[in-house]
Amino acid sequence: MGCVEPVREPVVAARAPLDADSRSWVDELGLPPGERDRAVARLHAYLLRVARFELGRRRGALPPVTRRELDDLAVQAADDALVAVLRKLPTYRGASRFTTWAAKFAILEAAVKARRRAWHDRELTLEPEAWERFGAAGSASQGLEQTEQLEAIRDGIRTALTPHQREILVAAALNEVPIDVLAERLGTTRGAIYKTLHDARRNLRAHLAKMEAA
Amino acid sequence: MSDRPIAERLLGPDEPELGCDECFEYLDRYVEAEAAGAPALGDCPACVSPQACADARACLGMRAHLQGCPACAEEYASLKALLAGS
Repeated sequence: MGCVEPVREPVVAARAPLDADSRSWVDELGLPPGERDRAVARLHAYLLRVARFELGRRRGALPPVTRRELDDLAVQAADDALVAVLRKLPTYRGASRFTTWAAKFAILEAAVKARRRAWHDRELTLEPEAWERFGAAGSASQGLEQTEQLEAIRDGIRTALTPHQREILVAAALNEVPIDVLAERLGTTRGAIYKTLHDARRNLRAHLAKMEAA
Repeated sequence: MSDRPIAERLLGPDEPELGCDECFEYLDRYVEAEAAGAPALGDCPACVSPQACADARACLGMRAHLQGCPACAEEYASLKALLAGS
């Protein structure tokens, strides 16, 4: 288990009445360091179960890994989730059960680690020109309307996006590079990548609307 | 590769949507509310029509984000599956 800094801030009173189990978690984890160790160990065990559950769901998407490597990944995810849960504990307001709230941290950590592991040895080619090729040749199953839409999208990617928006849109939406992987390689956050993707899509839709109106 | 059509992946949802951080913030209560069959989230920051969300029995801002963000959608599906199995 990783070293966890004691929570210094007082636990904020819950906005919603807590169920007995959630109340027990919050009370025990809110005890002074030393007295809360058993609760912290119990929480880590729970987060580890959730991390293993998540990695089990993703095993097919991972490169070949040994059982031990997979479990190491689960332990790392549980360690990081534990730190996050204890840090965020003062913000827990009881809007959901404590275990549901805590589980999302373990799922996030395990999912991000799994995506990064899956892309670990893959070169990330931010290839802005890739958009020029998609749907270019058309296919027998591709109707005229769809072909025209793809051509309009291609035109929008070329003319309505900034170079950075184009790079992120092509990588995330066309080449399906996970946004966590993009964020890690570009030294930014998932939220920032999604914001760029969102803005690119909005510009693209506006471009299509303008084309349709013309 | 995803089996979603290319145009759908490129254009994304055409409704107001949450960001990834907000999605994570509300994910636990959204999944629990959804499992209980209750309208989810009364105070979503992207909400433009609480009535539309109540009618849909879903937070439309969250739903749009889950359509547009594969990573958040995977984590939503996992939390839902975890709760269903517990």
